[in-house]
Amino acid sequence: MTAAIEPSGGFRHFHDQLAELKQRLLDMSEKAEHLVELAVSALLTRDRGKAELVIVGDKDLNGLEIEIEQRAIALLALQQPMARDLRFIIGTIKISNDLERVGDHAVNIAESSLRLIEANSNIIPDPELEDMARRARLMLSEALDAFIQADGALGRDVCRADDVVDALHNSVFRILLTHMLEDARTITPSLELLLVSRNLERVADLATNIGEDAVYLAEGKQIKHHFED
Amino acid sequence: MIQPVDEDAPERPRLATRELSAFFGRSRVVSNVTLGFRDQEVTAIIGPSGCGKSTLLRCLNRMHETVPGASATGIVTLDGTDIYAAGVDPIAVRRHVGMVFQRPTPFPTMSIRDNVTAGLKILGRHAPRGADAEDVVEGALRHAALWDEVKDRLGESAIALSGGQQQRLCIARALAIRPQVILLDEPTASLDPLSTQKVEELVYQLKQDIAVVIVTHNMQQAARVSDRTAFLLMGDLVETAPTNTLFTAPRDPRTEAYITGRFG
Repeated sequence: MTAAIEPSGGFRHFHDQLAELKQRLLDMSEKAEHLVELAVSALLTRDRGKAELVIVGDKDLNGLEIEIEQRAIALLALQQPMARDLRFIIGTIKISNDLERVGDHAVNIAESSLRLIEANSNIIPDPELEDMARRARLMLSEALDAFIQADGALGRDVCRADDVVDALHNSVFRILLTHMLEDARTITPSLELLLVSRNLERVADLATNIGEDAVYLAEGKQIKHHFED
Repeated sequence: MIQPVDEDAPERPRLATRELSAFFGRSRVVSNVTLGFRDQEVTAIIGPSGCGKSTLLRCLNRMHETVPGASATGIVTLDGTDIYAAGVDPIAVRRHVGMVFQRPTPFPTMSIRDNVTAGLKILGRHAPRGADAEDVVEGALRHAALWDEVKDRLGESAIALSGGQQQRLCIARALAIRPQVILLDEPTASLDPLSTQKVEELVYQLKQDIAVVIVTHNMQQAARVSDRTAFLLMGDLVETAPTNTLFTAPRDPRTEAYITGRFG
């Protein structure tokens, strides 16, 4: 026989609340991705206004994290969810925490941008940094898709993509080091860009966490710290 | 029929079924169930109403056949011996495999003490008497976590006890004959949360010595009290696994659908 997947009886209310929780998580991830994009754009276009928008926008993210956590706790306490529902709610709590951290990294990048603008530095970020930013944002968005669609394969893809971002971070470090050795006047702005690179690398790490949560949701398997091997 | 594979299945179970099927007349209510129950372990059997879980339980001490028209095929072994083999006395089986029912069933005209010793009569001339019987009463009531509440009124009618106390009295009655396995058929279905908690604590105590099998329609209860859980659906054993695994990451989509309430 096949299992019907329509909610029955008293569970309908619970599933409505789960759908609501999922929507909040989507809102939060959209906002987090947007903040990273805005922060990188502030850096590349030297736009003070955008950097300030990131700093203000992070407060919404903090509020969403609290709201998601409260909703998730209420569902755990009142509904005693099992199996996939349990894995989904646990994942939601962890992801909202990760997304909040993504917001913090976006703020760090925005603050670096503001300092670079302030210093009137004419250093141009290397294309590797732009590439990192693009990849980290893509990982974030795919990790969330993987979780929302419970797509374990996509979750694993995201985890693998982290290696590329780590490698780019190393390249950026070496490039900036070369700049600094060549011209001591670039030391301050180069260190600022190194911080940006570090923050992007962390965003990719957090996306990897979310990818791992997606695999746990989809397959019930823990793959973090190579636990699976 | 292919049985679900359970990689962590008990190696040498105290009680085990093999290809067990149960019928009421021609209607099959349990189909080819192979399942083991080990000492010092609580196994929960869950499933929707009418899935055959109580019938499966009642096959484990030959209570099923007491219903007119009921029959069973397959093998149930207790310590390796088939309890359905020709010449096996069902009464002797029930000495080793005790049972407690959904509603407390104390003997209404008997005292608390006599309710506990009533089970001993099954032992016939080997039944303890006098001071020995008193020791059995105290031991069973202590084991059932009821002694402190009733020790000063053992001569009073069992009917005077609360529902939760009556249920623990029935457990004491089942324990008095020192069974190797105890079967609990929705033992807290008619109890309030506090009494339920006491019975659940008792289940935890019981498993220190014997194998416990509990049928429950309350999934949270199964999750709380059991070490292994078996999910039964329309008479088929769909999945059996360590309780933690079954409730966090079940293998079969039908188990998933049932325990998350997405069924039918």
